[in-house]
Amino acid sequence: MKDAEPPPTAEQRELTEPARRARAALADVAPVPGAAKPDPILAAVEIRRNFGGIVAVDVARVEVQRGSITALIGPNGAGKTTFFNLITGFDKPSTGTWTFDGAPMGGLAPHRMAARGMVRTFQLTKSLTKLPVIENMKLGATGQKGEKWWNGLFPARWKAQEAEIEARADDLLRRFKLDHMRDEYAGALSGGQRKLLEMARALMTDPTLVMLDEPMAGVNPALKQSLNQHVRGLRDDGMTVLFVEHDMDMVHDISDWVIVMAEGQVIAEGTPDDISSNTAVIDAYLGAHQGRSLLEDEV
Amino acid sequence: MDIGAVLENAILQFVGFNACYYAIAAIGLNVQFGYAGLVNFGQAGFMAAGAYGVGQTVSIFGISVWWGIAIGIGYSVFLGLLMGAPTLRLRADYLAIVTIASAEIVRLVVRSVKFRDQFGGTDGLKNFAQKFQQVGIDLGLQPAKDYGFWIFQFSGRTLWNLIVGWSFVAIFGVIVWSLMKSPWGRVLKAIREDEDAVRSLGKNVYSYKMQALVLGGVIGSFAGMMLALGNANVQPDNFSRDLTFFVLTGLVLGGVAKVTGSIIGPMLFWGVYAFLDGLLRELVDKPVRIGDFTLLQSTDIGVVVFMVMGALMVLLMVYRPQGLFGNRKEMAFEGR
Ligand SMILES: Nc1ncnc2c1ncn2[C@@H]1O[C@H](COP(=O)(O)OP(=O)(O)OP(=O)(O)O)[C@@H](O)[C@H]1O
Ligand SMILES: [Mg+2]
Repeated sequence: MKDAEPPPTAEQRELTEPARRARAALADVAPVPGAAKPDPILAAVEIRRNFGGIVAVDVARVEVQRGSITALIGPNGAGKTTFFNLITGFDKPSTGTWTFDGAPMGGLAPHRMAARGMVRTFQLTKSLTKLPVIENMKLGATGQKGEKWWNGLFPARWKAQEAEIEARADDLLRRFKLDHMRDEYAGALSGGQRKLLEMARALMTDPTLVMLDEPMAGVNPALKQSLNQHVRGLRDDGMTVLFVEHDMDMVHDISDWVIVMAEGQVIAEGTPDDISSNTAVIDAYLGAHQGRSLLEDEV
Repeated sequence: MDIGAVLENAILQFVGFNACYYAIAAIGLNVQFGYAGLVNFGQAGFMAAGAYGVGQTVSIFGISVWWGIAIGIGYSVFLGLLMGAPTLRLRADYLAIVTIASAEIVRLVVRSVKFRDQFGGTDGLKNFAQKFQQVGIDLGLQPAKDYGFWIFQFSGRTLWNLIVGWSFVAIFGVIVWSLMKSPWGRVLKAIREDEDAVRSLGKNVYSYKMQALVLGGVIGSFAGMMLALGNANVQPDNFSRDLTFFVLTGLVLGGVAKVTGSIIGPMLFWGVYAFLDGLLRELVDKPVRIGDFTLLQSTDIGVVVFMVMGALMVLLMVYRPQGLFGNRKEMAFEGR
């Protein structure tokens, strides 16, 4: 908090304390690809993945600041989803190491990473359509006694925990405006509702890092606003969010930091304002956006 | 034509010993196939594991037949681990291939000349069930006397087999039903639909699939034990591929992922089979000819019954893909 700073704008004034902290921590980070963060929760080095001839991901270095909302953007085919898959163990990189919360993660099975607090959602939604919405939610809770087969037969051993889980699930469903669909099969949900369900279910795992692959795709504009609110809420609750998004309004609106990928590489990093004026980024998107500033001209 | 006798026989098969051990096998298969989505085409192998576990006790190891329960469970756990370890990380098709092959290997090993001293070769094993039968006698069921009411008349010996067999059906039915109501069952059902979703939520999918495969196999081994004790012998060729697929047919008929379906399906399988068989035998008392061409004669009936049953299954799959008791939303809800 230097004296020379201009008075906060209306937008900045409504920032919560965790948001202000995240922005302050990132204020001194140089807006260059691979920039080191003061307190990275995720740090990846030399992550490469080839599919036959094409290099889908070739990230020299990238860090995600703890407690921040970081956007991962880039044109179609830039390698964002592949990067997610690699980091969460759903795919194996040909080279590379990465740490989560200081612990090396390479070679760990995906469920172990998730159990450590790194949860992800999928670009192609994976709501379990043949389970009711509430069962989808309850599935997300970790450390369930009743998930051991030898306890399964004895409801007395898990009923109490199940009730707690159910209460938490109902609470999240209300927050995501899915409570009226609680007992429907998830197959009856719309595409947007499925996105919401998947995100809510991921939160049931009590994560520290939430990785969302295009959480807004197919969600109606009215709901997007409230979803933005939820994502901010995650940061306020102490979680770190890394999300892939094509909706530049959302990116500009909620992220503290933006990482730009193109052709497998990180080509730029910075605050949303840094990125909207970055010519390399504009070039990467060129064609689709005719060179306009990305983060401001989109309606 | 005596349709009454045909129906009577069909009803007896509906509740009979065959239906009973099929139902046990189907309850197990349902854990794997119905709930966890594991395509096990080798349930006959697990049944053989149970049957030979019981059969070997007295005649090979010289120990009490009751040890057979533990040995049968042991064999089936081993078989499950063996099948699952290399395949459960791979796509579903691999498990299907490996299970069908493993069951055949089991059958070929137990009937082989080489292992005749352990498994009795093609003659199988006998003279091990006396103690089991004796319990029924001690409880007052005279082996040769008939018990029952109306058309349900059984010898004491058969009745004892039925009582024990249907008790197992009830016990395993209740066990599986409660497990599937538990969070453990929820994980299995989720795996059936999308493994990656379950992984992303921090669950060890491989371990759950293994648990389902082994549990279903162990239940299947009880069907084999029951078969061995009821018949008082073990024959290697009881455990052919046909057995696996008839059990599967019964399960699908009743409706997968439903305990009621897995019990009533095999009962209907045997009831319908006996009914069609009896009916055709009544109808085709002399060869059916079109001119010089013999369309059907009594020696064809065995095959024709299965053709008719196959056609009935096809119709069922078209009009009621979830089976008789299945939940359409749960089983046939594709996409939207
Ligand atoms: N399983 C695969 N096999 C072969 N190529 C693949 C595979 N997965 C991804 N690719 C390729 O890798 C590149 C990166 O794909 P990826 O899905 O990561 O992009 P993305 O940035 O998520 O794109 P989008 O914004 O469209 O979701 C693409 O060229 C894609 O065709
Ligand atoms: Mg993608």
